[in-house]
Order: sequence, then structure tokens, then C-alpha cells
Amino acid sequence: MTKKKDLIFSLILLAAAIVLVAVLDRTLPQTGIVMTVLKKGCIYSLVAVSMNLLNGFTGLFSLGQAGFMLIGGYTYAILTIPVADRASVYQYFDGGIVQFSIPFWAGLICAGLVSAALAWLIGLPVLRLKSDYLAIATLGFAEIMRAFFQWDTLGPLTNGSNMLRKYPSFSTLMFPFIVAAICIALIVMLINSSFGRAFKAIRDDEVAAEAMGINLAHHKRMSFCISSFFAGVGGALLAMYQTTIQAQAFKSNMTYEILLIVVIGGLGSVTGSVLATFLFYAASEWWLRFLDSPMMIGDWQVPLLRSGFRKVVFSVVIMVIVLFARQGIMGDHEFSLSGLIKLFRRKGKGASANEQV
Amino acid sequence: MAVRYPEQSGAGSLHNKYLTNIRTIPGKYPDFKGLLMDFLSKNLPYFLAGVSVGGQYALIAIGYTMVYGILRLINFAHGDIFMVAGLVTIYASTVMPLYLSIPLTILVTVILGMMIERVAYKPLRNSPRMSVMISAIGVSYLLQNLALYITGGLAQVYPTIPFISNTVTIGSATTKVVTILTPILMIVLVVLLIQLINHTKIGMAMRSVSTDFETSRLMGINVNRVISMTFIIGSFLAAVGSILYFTNYPSVIPTSGGMPGLKAFVAAVFGGIGSIPGAVIGAMLIGIVENLIKGAGWTTFSDAFTFVLLIVVLLFKPTGLFGEAATDKV
Amino acid sequence: MSKSDANVLRLEHITMQFGGVVAVNDFSMEVNQGEIVALIGPNGAGKTTAFNVITGVYEPTNGIVYFNGTPIVENHPRGKMKKLYEGDRALVYDKVISKTPDRITKLGIARTFQNIRLFKKMTVFENVLIARHLRSRANFLAATLHLNAAEERANREKTLELLKLVGLEENRDDLATSLPYGKQRRLEIARALATEPKLLLLDEPAAGMNPQETLELAGFIREIKDRFGLTIFVIEHHMDLVMEISDRIYVLDFGRMIASGTPVEIQNNQHVIDAYLGVQEG
Repeated sequence: MTKKKDLIFSLILLAAAIVLVAVLDRTLPQTGIVMTVLKKGCIYSLVAVSMNLLNGFTGLFSLGQAGFMLIGGYTYAILTIPVADRASVYQYFDGGIVQFSIPFWAGLICAGLVSAALAWLIGLPVLRLKSDYLAIATLGFAEIMRAFFQWDTLGPLTNGSNMLRKYPSFSTLMFPFIVAAICIALIVMLINSSFGRAFKAIRDDEVAAEAMGINLAHHKRMSFCISSFFAGVGGALLAMYQTTIQAQAFKSNMTYEILLIVVIGGLGSVTGSVLATFLFYAASEWWLRFLDSPMMIGDWQVPLLRSGFRKVVFSVVIMVIVLFARQGIMGDHEFSLSGLIKLFRRKGKGASANEQV
Repeated sequence: MAVRYPEQSGAGSLHNKYLTNIRTIPGKYPDFKGLLMDFLSKNLPYFLAGVSVGGQYALIAIGYTMVYGILRLINFAHGDIFMVAGLVTIYASTVMPLYLSIPLTILVTVILGMMIERVAYKPLRNSPRMSVMISAIGVSYLLQNLALYITGGLAQVYPTIPFISNTVTIGSATTKVVTILTPILMIVLVVLLIQLINHTKIGMAMRSVSTDFETSRLMGINVNRVISMTFIIGSFLAAVGSILYFTNYPSVIPTSGGMPGLKAFVAAVFGGIGSIPGAVIGAMLIGIVENLIKGAGWTTFSDAFTFVLLIVVLLFKPTGLFGEAATDKV
Repeated sequence: MSKSDANVLRLEHITMQFGGVVAVNDFSMEVNQGEIVALIGPNGAGKTTAFNVITGVYEPTNGIVYFNGTPIVENHPRGKMKKLYEGDRALVYDKVISKTPDRITKLGIARTFQNIRLFKKMTVFENVLIARHLRSRANFLAATLHLNAAEERANREKTLELLKLVGLEENRDDLATSLPYGKQRRLEIARALATEPKLLLLDEPAAGMNPQETLELAGFIREIKDRFGLTIFVIEHHMDLVMEISDRIYVLDFGRMIASGTPVEIQNNQHVIDAYLGVQEG
């Protein structure tokens, strides 16, 4: 019964969000700070949730997310640049070898598919590795991808180390919001299915999961490919948002940031990841902005405040969360109506406030 | 992170002119000896650079391998400690002479390494390994942002250290003294370290803790002291490595530690994590091959090579060259 | 005796060597349809190792395991091991059959673990529901889009039924690890039953139980055996339980089988008494 209520509650929230997004799209300047936060929030929410599927729900400690975003972003850009613009984009490579272009929605799907296909290939060897070895191997894979996409010999396809541009992008918030919402909904539905339970079983105890008839290799690969699919779509959205894309930017630091978002939200909580993403970008791009510019109170100059201080404060906050609030915002719980009610009832009884929603 | 070896690439291209065509003795097999000599003389500058960079990676790799041996933790922040050491040298040398700033660099780096362990890893000693690794990534993120703030995002020019920046000529290659000094210094330090581990009380404690953490604790070994010592040694070697490494580069930026750090880690895995000789051999191999790849004109892939090596090693011999196999009990 | 297809489970010359330690040494045995067979022996005798070989967790050094007449595990000494096994037992088996544990479970062998291995972050209900996954036919797309609603409903009903059977239906939404020890053991059995096994391997199901609970467990094991038409192979230390439920008993000591027979025979076997009392064999 509560399940149904929770579902209705979520749908109402979603509808409210859509209305809000539509209103914001009309009232706020598209390049303003709030819009930047919201757009980045949508895009990185998707990537964070995809990473959580792997790290939080399947227990595979992978650090390849930036690599798969890179693949997705490039796939999208390469396939969707209008034929007429190719000569100017690929000016050093005679207009490139791809001489067709596909609509943006097909580009998004291809971005996911190519990403997933490469994940399948790389997964064959690396998924046999245990925790930290897997982490370092996937990190290495992402670095290889970064070098590969900048390789001059592949220039006719990737434009070498030059940026790709002039592909279709979006200007409204509604677009990334809808795409991210659909993708996250699909991930949630997967997690709630029999396969999602199998992933969680692998996370909790590999030996027991295998003894219950769950094929480890098969399910790990599936989780890895699905996660990469959505990371690829996220990469494509990021490419659209930036209107240009360059392999150089997809460094391991990008993966670290996404991982920290997932940890702040709570490993194993989808709503936690989404919430943490918006908080992360709101804090780093907006709320803590003031730390980056010198400030005077009367005659007294506030010390330390100058460019870069924001990131320092921010990383200290993250370290505090990692060390002292290890469960993150949501632990492995989800934000839901029944959770809220439970929380309020407990609080009413004066029970400990540490309980999660 | 462009590598600057102007004198070396010049020497390389000089030899390219007349040594590119494959020589064969008429009617016989290819002249392997001749080919090898050709290859060596043509690539000597790259080979020397490789040995030198390899030695620097080795000094970093030992820090990874020792920490992993004892805590089973990939210390993601180790590369950034190396970067901070570079920055400390830069800032210290602007206010004091080098004979003071270099010891100061080493001291500050060692204290930093110890403090990171105390603050970020010690509270998580009984947590899952994933939590500690995440904490290490957080520290790495913090150090980089701190460096970005302090440097103001500008590349900081590395001071010229006399003597080791001088040039010498070896055969067909002209290079800096540091290129020759690095492997020698590295070997001396490694021999001292191995002596320490094999013949002192703290060394014995370190070996004991890396074999069995819990039992060592029960046997009355001060595990925290051993761990601190490990971080001290690791940071000390990273500081020495940073002085040798950055001498070859014009400047230090906040992300300067990332790539050497990752490569040194791969070297440690390649050699069998936990094994010091393994880390040294792995690092030398990576340094040399990477520079030979650069010599062949594939600079784009010199970084990627390291990771291909990593993935191949993990597939065929996950425990590395000298690593021990671990089994899970059901 | 020679017909392997009359047995549900049959081990022939199973040897499991870890480095220099021979955990199981040339062990042959069989379990017939509908029997309850016990495997006993002092600590470290190789009982759990035998289970791990049967379920595919370990690859034996030598020997073969049949399940319903088909070989599911087979191996012969290779590499360095080959030298150690020169002689009569060396080249009896020439094939290598190594199935992963999940495939063996799919064939119809389910197990519980000596040191309870429940899925810690999941509820009691989910723990059992997981074990239905291997019997579901929907692929991941159909499952994601919830096109397999009928199957999912059937699985949930079956799960509830099993929870009622083991008396855990009111704990269904509790975290598995919050249960008391005895209930965790019962949950493990329910989870194993949910895979629809033909053969159930129980690894010390009565460990940590008091005499009263042990007695109840004996009744429970018989009940599930009859209800699901199971064959049961059990490792146990509680001799009361073993003598009460088993049709036949095998005794391992230092990896070797030292006796086999009915409970009465075992009780009077001098080797067994010596092994348990630690008397030197003359």
C-alpha cells in the first residue's frame, strides 16, 4: 500500500518539478548562475546515478566514468555535426571521414550504445579484478581513452586534439531535465527489478550471491555496461551543454568529483546522488562564490579570500563528510513519502534524530 | 605536461638521418647485432632519460608499495604529496639558499605525509577498504585545490639547482647531471631502505605488520608507530624524487603529481605490490619504455602505454612479478 | 554401488590439496534419492572443503562429482601436482569439468553456509526473493520495464510462502542481520529452498543452537525433506541431531574417510571413537 502511495507522491513531485522547470525557463536568464547550476545539476545527476549503480548498488569500485562520458560526448558530437559544417570543424583533416549526420535524439542513443559497447569489451578483462585493482584499471582505461581520442592519426574521426563544435545543443533547462529524468527513472526501475536485487546481492556477498545461482561475470558485466550507457548519455548532454568538446578536459579529476558526489549523497541511494549533485554544484558554483573575491568589512580586508579559496573550503567540507558523516546525506535509503512520515513520527516521539529518511 | 628535453631530441634526430634503413648482410639473416647497436645509439638519449625518469618513478613507487603492503590502501594522495614537495622547494628557494630549502622541503613533505595518515586514514582503520580509498581521493582533491589556491593557478618556475642541472655528454647524448645521478641515488636509497627493513627493530615490525596486521597488534607491536614510519619513509623518498624529477621540468602546476603518481603506482603493481625490488624494476621498465615510445614519435601514447601495461599485467599475473597470491576463505 | 545414476550425489576419489595441505584425501561417497546423509568429523577434517568442491567453489585436485548421474565437477592433477599423484590414482580422470557455483545451483544443488552469509543490507523478504532470480526468465529490459509482472508476483508469493514455512513472516521487513542467530540460520535455509533445489547441503545448521532449538530443527529438516521431495546432505557437530535424523553417516578425519554406515554402526565404530577422543591409532 505504502509503495503505491510513494509512487504517487514521486509522480506528483515530478509533475511539480516539470512545471517549475517550465516556469524557470521563461523567467530566468539562460546563462545566469542559477541556470548553470540547474543544468549542470541535471547532467551530473545522471552521471552520478550511473556511477552509483556500479559503485553503490553492485559494489564494483570503478573509476572509469570520465572515460565513458568522453566516449559518449565524442560519439554524439561526431555523429550529429551537420554535413555542411564539417569542413570548418575538421579544417585540419579535410572535413573528416564521417560525411553524414543523424538527429540529436539518435545521437544521444548512439552515445550510450557506443559507450556500453566499449564497456563490454573492457569489462571482459577488468571485471575479473577485485576492488582496488578494478579501480586503478578503470582509471587507466579512462586515461587511455583520453590519449586515444587526441591521437592525430584518428583525426579524420575525432579531430585529433582540436575541439569538436557546431553540433546541435540545447538552450533550455527542460531538455537536460527531461533526458536525465527519463534515464534516472529507467535506472531506478532496473534497481527495483529482479536484476537490481541481484546486483545488490553481489555487493553484499559475492560468494552467497553465486551460491544463489547469480552468475557473477554476467551480472557484473551487465551493470558495468548499463552504467556506462548512461554515463555516455551524460557525456553527450555535457557536450551539448558546453557546445564544444575536447578530450583533454576529461581527466581523472572529473571522475573523482563524481565519486565524491556519490559518496556525499550516500552509496546506494539514487535520491541521495541527485540531491548531492545539485548541492555540490550550487555550493561550488553559487553559494561559495563569494569566497573567491576579496571582501572588505569597513577598512578591514577579510583575509584568505581570493580566487581559488572556494575550492579549498569546498574540499575541506567534503573531507569532513567523508570522515565524519560516512553514510552521506541519505545512507543507502531513498527519499520517499513513507520515509518522511516515518521520520516525522520518530521525531515526534523524541527518538534519535540520527535516523535516516 | 609537456616534457622538455631539447638537447636530447636534437641528438635523436641527428642520428635518425643515417640510421633509419635496416642493414642486412647480403644473402644472410638480418644483422641483429648491428640492428641492436643502431637502435641503442639512436635511442641513447631516450634510454638515458628513461633510466632517469624510471629512477624518479621508483622513488615514488616505493611509497605506494609500502603503504599498500601495510594498510592495503592505494594512497591516491601520494602523487599530490610529490607535487606539494615540488611547490615547497619553489617557495622555500625564493627566501633561503638551496642548502636550507632542500632539507626544509624534505622535512615539510614528511610531516605532511604523516599528518595525512593521522587525519584522513587513521580514523577509518576499521572501515571497509572502499571508505579509506575514498578518503584518499578526497585528500588528493584537497591538496590539488589547495595548490591551485596558493599558486593562483599559475605555473610556478622550478629553481635551477646547481651541479645537478649542469650538462654532461655521454657518448652521443648530452644530458643533465641529474640523469646520471638519479639512478645512483635511487639505488643507494633503496639499499639503505632494505637494510633498514631487514636489520632493524622497526624494520622487523614493518615486515610483521605487512604479513598480518591483527596478529602483530596482539603481539604488542605498536602498529600506529609502524604505519607512521611507513608514511615517513614514503614521503621522504617522494620528496627526494620530486627534487630530481622537477629539475627536468620548467615548472610545477597543481596537477603535476597526477601522472607520475599513477605511473609509479602502476610500477608498484607491475612489480608485485608490497615488494620494494619489484617496484624499482617496474618503475625502471616504465620509465625506459615510455621514453623509447617518445623517441619513436608516439608521444600521445607514452602515457597510455603505462595503463595498457597495467591491464595486461593484471590479467596475466594479477599479483605482479614478485607479489604473493592471496586466497579468500569461504 | 557401481551404477552412478542411481544416486543423487556421488563423489569419486575427491582429493583437494592446498599447497602442502591435503584437506580432503581420496574421498568417495554417495547420497541416494530421499536420504538424509550426514558428514561428521573433528574440526578441520575437511567437511566444508568437501561442500565447496561439490558446489564448485573450489576446483578439486583430483576426482569426479556426479549429480543425478551427470558429472558436474571433474579434475585430475596437473602441473606440479602431477608428480605427487603418480601411481594408480594418477590418470583415472582425463577431463576437466569446472562449473561455476551459480550453474551448479541452477542444476538443483543449494547450500547454506557454516558462517552465515546473508545479504547484510537487505531485508528478510529480499534475501529470499533474490534466490528466485535464477528461475526467472525475463531479460533485463523486460524486467526494467516491469513487463514480467506475473512472474514477479509469483516469485513474491513463493517467497512469502517460504517465510511462513520457516516462521519468519512477521520479520519480513527487518534487516536480515538484525535477526537473532537461530532465525538467521532458518532464513538461510529458506533462501536455499527458494532456488528450488533437489539436493540441499546444510553446513552446520544447528551451530549455536540450544538443545530445544536443535530438537525443533530436526523436525523441521524432516518436514522440508518430505514437503519438497528433497535429498539432504548435512554437516553437523551436534551428535544428537545427527543420530536423530540421518539415514547414513560418513566420518572424515584429517581429510580421510575413516568410517561410514548407519548411526548405530558409527556409534560403535572404534576408529570414530578414537578420532573424536584423540587416541593415537595403533
